[in-house]
Amino acid sequence: MWKEKRSMNSNLIDKITAWEPRAVWTEGGDGMFTVPADGFHDLAGRLLSEGFDFLRSLTGMDWGEAGFGVVYHLEATATGENVVLRTLTEEREHPVLPSVCDLWKAAELNEREVFDYFGVRFLNHPDMRRLFLRDDWVGYPLRKDYDPAQNPLRMSNEVSKDSSPTYELQSDGSYIRKRNVLFEEDEYVINIGPQHPATHGVLRFRVSLEGEIIKKLDPHCGYIHRGIEKMCEELTYPQTLALTDRLDYLGATQNRHALCMCIEKGLGVEVSERVQYIRTIMDELQRIDSHLLFFACLCMDMGALTAFFYGFRDREKVLDILEQTTGGRLIQTYNTIGGVQADIHPDFVRKTKEFIAYMRPKLREYHEVFTGNVIAQERLKGTGVLTREDAISFGATGGTGRAAGWACDVRKRHPYAVYGKVDFEEVLFTEGDCFARYMVRMKEIEQSMNIIEQLIDNIPEGEYQLKMKPVIRIPEGSYYAAVEGSRGEFGVFLESRGDKSPYRMKFRSTGLPLVACLETIARGTKIADLIAIGGTLDYVVPDIDR
Amino acid sequence: MSYGDFNDNEYIERMIAELRDGGTNVLVGCLDELIEWGRSNSLWPLTFATSCCGIEFMAVGAARYDFARFGFEVARASPRQADFIMVAGTITHKMAPVLKRLYDQMADPKYVIAVGGCAVSGGPFKRSYHVVDGVDKVLPVDVYIPGCPPRPEAMLYGLMQLQRKVKVQRFFGGVNCQIGEEEYEELLRRDLTAEKNDLNVEGEEKHE
Ligand code: SF4
Repeated sequence: MWKEKRSMNSNLIDKITAWEPRAVWTEGGDGMFTVPADGFHDLAGRLLSEGFDFLRSLTGMDWGEAGFGVVYHLEATATGENVVLRTLTEEREHPVLPSVCDLWKAAELNEREVFDYFGVRFLNHPDMRRLFLRDDWVGYPLRKDYDPAQNPLRMSNEVSKDSSPTYELQSDGSYIRKRNVLFEEDEYVINIGPQHPATHGVLRFRVSLEGEIIKKLDPHCGYIHRGIEKMCEELTYPQTLALTDRLDYLGATQNRHALCMCIEKGLGVEVSERVQYIRTIMDELQRIDSHLLFFACLCMDMGALTAFFYGFRDREKVLDILEQTTGGRLIQTYNTIGGVQADIHPDFVRKTKEFIAYMRPKLREYHEVFTGNVIAQERLKGTGVLTREDAISFGATGGTGRAAGWACDVRKRHPYAVYGKVDFEEVLFTEGDCFARYMVRMKEIEQSMNIIEQLIDNIPEGEYQLKMKPVIRIPEGSYYAAVEGSRGEFGVFLESRGDKSPYRMKFRSTGLPLVACLETIARGTKIADLIAIGGTLDYVVPDIDR
Repeated sequence: MSYGDFNDNEYIERMIAELRDGGTNVLVGCLDELIEWGRSNSLWPLTFATSCCGIEFMAVGAARYDFARFGFEVARASPRQADFIMVAGTITHKMAPVLKRLYDQMADPKYVIAVGGCAVSGGPFKRSYHVVDGVDKVLPVDVYIPGCPPRPEAMLYGLMQLQRKVKVQRFFGGVNCQIGEEEYEELLRRDLTAEKNDLNVEGEEKHE
């Protein structure tokens, strides 16, 4: 599986060197192009017009002596081609790089994240505020020379500013700092969150209203920013696994699967067929669990409390199956490098089949209770529309992207584990509204059950864990691996210097693009629709903040 | 659960002895018992969750574990109507002042339960630059429930421990004490003024 992605198609390498002769191709893991900062924006624009419309991941880096930089993972949605680029600046005092948020909207929040972590300012970015940390935070935590003693716990309340700094390039090469007004003096701004039952965690919005209509929405993240990426740099590879489960806890198995895949790709090991089957089944069970919780919470948010209990009742059945084999209900810590923690429980196959037989009629019941309900239909249909172009530009994968008609399923785009062998349908809608997002997830429960049914009786015999070295070191280079999480593409980018811990580890959040596109979706809708929109986007906040 | 099933009975007896040290007025004592019986059986939680433990907290509220059996079912979204706060999940530096503010908004008598490794001690994220290692650095905690996440049964056990604690308290002259006007104003002022430092104040800069 990892071999085929090994190197980029040589045709593309030639093309890129023709467009930008200074671009240098380096091997090492997946390999990437290094492009000088002054020519980067032009090349990026060129790539976009050549069809690379999906910015999969944007990662800030501290390369020490070499300076600060950014790694971009791009994909052409039409052809499925991938390219990895990086650009960097040697300046350590005031590092500045060109922004690409005019090309891909996904860059907007991601560049703010890079600024927050490394202090790299992006020229012509409209909003260079910190994304996760407080405005009065001292220093940049992911720099290698960051000193945590600078930031004791501050108990003062934070001030939210109504304007944001931007940096504009002048013709003489210098740049000036300007202010971009977010909210005018006389605008009616209300605050939602971080403590609000409908934000599904600790997300915060500031919303400017005109009557009931949302004029502008400004999301504030970071209330559950745990600094996982920095922590990983001090942990050994097996230790880093534990933290991934806690990112998006409704996709715990899938997240860990992605990290294990990435490490296995770096090591060049291939896990046994049995492990692939088990991992696939576990991922799908997790997806059912997550979608059931989605159903339960959406119904609760919209006032249908009975349906909440239905969803949780059936979710417990999945948790029982997971718990019996893995020992964990919510957080399973099941995948390991080279296998899984323990072999499946003798009852696993029987119980899973029983569950599927139980669940099918229950789904019909859900549709009778909630889907057909007039209130639900009125509130979901036609509200919160996201177009296909916007979904791609923001990188809003998962159910949100598929509801807008974008075939973005990683299981189909880059088949991993045994997804290449099973027969399932990628659920697609074209409306892009709340109802489509809801239906995608309900239909995916059925598809997940189909996948499990195809595999459950054929789990091959074999080892459940490969013999691994006690100390795991990954050869120098950078690696990216992605899985289809419960709510979109969950990717792991790893740069190794050959040590027993990663030099940099970045998790492509599934939720961050969903928050990024929220303002586009919500502008012009009623404030009450924000609850339905947030519910159907189905983000998990610790996964956004990491 | 019966009394013998709890395994920390010495602790609660020590607490009772301390509380009862000064002797009790018969009439007020009887009234106290009645009020505490009522209070301990209808504790209202604040719906507060930051991360993973919050999902297990929801599971405790849902069909199978159903904490309504013990009188916890009225989860309130507003801190002003809640009796206790289940701190379910990691508390970060950015969240800590918000949490403190939520706590300040709750009406006395109020309680705090630290749920999960993160709230108890920082848990798996103890060494992170942005995580508060233990919610007891910010709030006074009444009950700790360890686990990552704690099983729903463990949460129920912790909730019952809180009930036991409430049951032995004295409402009159004890937990129902009120704060003076001056102290109130001082608290209010602290809430309204945010720390101003030079990073909060912006100026126009020009870089080369
Ligand atoms: S204790 Fe564990 S499960 Fe609970 S919030 Fe922390 S990491 Fe999540």
